[in-house]
Amino acid sequence: MNLNISPHQPDIYLILAAFLFAAGIFGMVRRRTLIGMLIAGELIFSSASLNLVALNHFFAPDPTAGQVFALFILALAAAEASIALSIIIAVYRNYRSINSQELSELNG
Amino acid sequence: MKEFPATDYVVAFVFAVAVLATVAGALIAVLTSRIIRSVCGLMICCFGLAGLYYFLHSPFLTLMEILIYVGAICVTIIFAVMLAEPDEAPRRETRRAAVGWGGGALLASGAAFWGISRVGLNHSWITPAAKVNQGTVKDIGISLLTTYSLAFELISLVILVAILGALVIARYGRTKP
Repeated sequence: MNLNISPHQPDIYLILAAFLFAAGIFGMVRRRTLIGMLIAGELIFSSASLNLVALNHFFAPDPTAGQVFALFILALAAAEASIALSIIIAVYRNYRSINSQELSELNG
Repeated sequence: MKEFPATDYVVAFVFAVAVLATVAGALIAVLTSRIIRSVCGLMICCFGLAGLYYFLHSPFLTLMEILIYVGAICVTIIFAVMLAEPDEAPRRETRRAAVGWGGGALLASGAAFWGISRVGLNHSWITPAAKVNQGTVKDIGISLLTTYSLAFELISLVILVAILGALVIARYGRTKP
């Protein structure tokens, strides 16, 4: 496959979105604190958003659809981050730790 | 009118900076051991993404990316970093387990990267004959208030519930006995 590295071609955007997704998965598996996993989740959100906007810009007849969806993803990411951080604060208050390996009370 | 000299090189340089910021920010965000550096990596990544959105002809999204991600989400995460003590303790797992889990994570993410980019690059996408509008901020506003108005209202409801839920969850246990 011949790669076309240019701002006016979709290839580089698709590869970047795949890279961000891969980085998010790696962080999700390897991170051991809840905040680190949240950051990896944000990377995955950004990857989906970049992919939508790139495909919409190059291959969709309506240029606003992808931007509106990316805005919705931004709003949902903000809501998710606020809920997750408040849960993290509550967990820290109970356990004095947010290490994901020490939160094992329900572990049989 | 005379064109600004070397416009192509300037555009290519800015694009390269945006791509490198995205990649480097993502790597910093997942590979450092201190969480505060990881948050800074997320910030760099979001600045790079904002530049990429600008190259995709969506300046409104660029502004929103910087405002919401860098200005709101990263700052909120930094507040949580200050309230909790998230630094990862030195690993207690054995060397073999570390190699196994690290290799497994690398394998899974590498497979995802390879698969997604292969699907995206090898698919023969169809370019539309004509665009129905220009995708300006005005067009975004019109489609937000016509085609996507229900989703828009539902998102506002979701955010309201999320704010209330965050307050309730974080406040639990702080009442005086």
